[in-house]
Amino acid sequence: MIEGFTALYIFMLAAFTGYEVISRVPVILHTPLMSGSNFVHGIVLVGAMIALGHAETTAEQVIGFFGVLLASMNAVGGYVVTERMLEMFKSSKEKKNG
Amino acid sequence: MDNLIEAIYFVAAFLFIFGLKRMSSPSTARGGILWAGVGMMAATLVTFAIPGLENIALMLVAIIMGSVIAYVSGKRVAMTDMPQMIALYNGMGGGAAAAIAAVELVKYGEHSLVHMNLAVLGALIGAVSFSGSLIAFAKLQGWLRKAVNLPMMQLINLLLFSLTVVSGVYIGFVEPDATVIVLFFVLALVFGVMMTLPIGGADMPVVISLFNALTGLAVGLEGFVLNNAAMIIAGTVVGSAGTLLTQLMARAMNRPLTNVLFSSFGSSGGAGEEQVEGSLKPVEADDAGVMMAFADKVIIVPGYGMAVAQAQHKIWELSKQLIERGVTVKFAIHPVAGRMPGHMNVLLAEAGVPYDLIFDLDEINEDFTTCDVALVIGANDVVNPVARTNPDSPIYGMPILDADKSKNIIVIKRGTGAGFMTTRPACFTVTARTWRRSWYRASKAYNAHNCANQPGPVVDHYGPFCLCLQKQL
Repeated sequence: MIEGFTALYIFMLAAFTGYEVISRVPVILHTPLMSGSNFVHGIVLVGAMIALGHAETTAEQVIGFFGVLLASMNAVGGYVVTERMLEMFKSSKEKKNG
Repeated sequence: MDNLIEAIYFVAAFLFIFGLKRMSSPSTARGGILWAGVGMMAATLVTFAIPGLENIALMLVAIIMGSVIAYVSGKRVAMTDMPQMIALYNGMGGGAAAAIAAVELVKYGEHSLVHMNLAVLGALIGAVSFSGSLIAFAKLQGWLRKAVNLPMMQLINLLLFSLTVVSGVYIGFVEPDATVIVLFFVLALVFGVMMTLPIGGADMPVVISLFNALTGLAVGLEGFVLNNAAMIIAGTVVGSAGTLLTQLMARAMNRPLTNVLFSSFGSSGGAGEEQVEGSLKPVEADDAGVMMAFADKVIIVPGYGMAVAQAQHKIWELSKQLIERGVTVKFAIHPVAGRMPGHMNVLLAEAGVPYDLIFDLDEINEDFTTCDVALVIGANDVVNPVARTNPDSPIYGMPILDADKSKNIIVIKRGTGAGFMTTRPACFTVTARTWRRSWYRASKAYNAHNCANQPGPVVDHYGPFCLCLQKQL
């Protein structure tokens, strides 16, 4: 179980990590990086699956279903567009090599 | 089994951070998204192995439906429409976080007071991000053209927000009554719409980035509720990285975040039209080509207008011919060129322009003084010197590309209208009338490609506006 101060520590460290990891990102990557981080919070899919998996009443199932639907769109869509954008980034050297 | 699941989540969390790290440098970025993708796949698959999960069939249907819709739309979307697509997918994530919270709130017996309140907070943020992102999408897609600004908008929003918080506190601390929960979600959704409506198109990227960070935070909070370490770490990392990214974007656009959120853009008129040195004249395509072909250094300043006309491919063809002739060609990208910071880089990359020819504002601004020709194509605000001189202008104070410092400037625009940021292109005009007159004279002279002695048009579907400002040196 992640409780109390352990939870706070994880929160703090993760927050600093996120800040540091992208602190030196050049402007040319702002859009792909935003898209990439958008993909990463697609992990909400896991949570939505757990929520739907524990749903009992019909109302819970309906909400859970939409949760999973939206979350999978977040994850898959985020991945596809990020990959499409980053695939195009090439330097002149890579171009010459094919 | 539990240990295996936890181990996979741990690896996934590592891969997300590792992937984001690699995504922040151009040469490793492609690998970054692949690693993050592997992490996501592993985390999703192992979730099926959690004991006691029901509704597996329903789950599979939802995942397959969502994946197919998102895959097809993601593959099809044009690069110019990327910002709103990111907004849309981001809204989905926020909606999912809110849905998780809704399910968990309904069965409140299982959660402690702290977890209930975390769920409520995550629900609030997720729901606002959901409806707000949808509005952002509609705006950039052109479905909602005008910035809606009701009288007392800020007061209404404050009231809405307070009501949402009060109902949230009631759910969290007093009793999660079903009616109140529904009311809470409706209020949060309406607030998301209302806070996004007054924000103008130019500020939208910052807002999308903000919603991205908020969704991350909401996901992290729901992670605490569900006791899922992967969600906590990935969500929180995105939350803080997104906040930093939002700040970077706001700084690049010279728009403090508070201005973006609490004032609408371009409401001040600022019709500053300045006198500029040098003579303004329409230029024939041939002349433009010769000018560039015999130059030592050409800097191309692309704007969103170029991308709309899909002229980036032709521009790159032209650049390749110039490079073969020994001309130094550089691309100068303003942080807000395109629809969001970095968007123009994506569009140029799509046309095949290598990223080492592309330079940021800070890197290239000194080069303009030694450059023979600055080719400004479809850009307006980002080279408008009014930003330096006229305090009344809405873009006053925004750093601009110093295209006006080069020896010759060729401007290609499709019309004489104001830019996205609602300023008139005062940079190269003396008066509005001169613009119009030149426009007629220049309407035939837009084919700059022929000037490089090659058949095939450069900007034919883009024209009809090509002006040259020659500095009298």
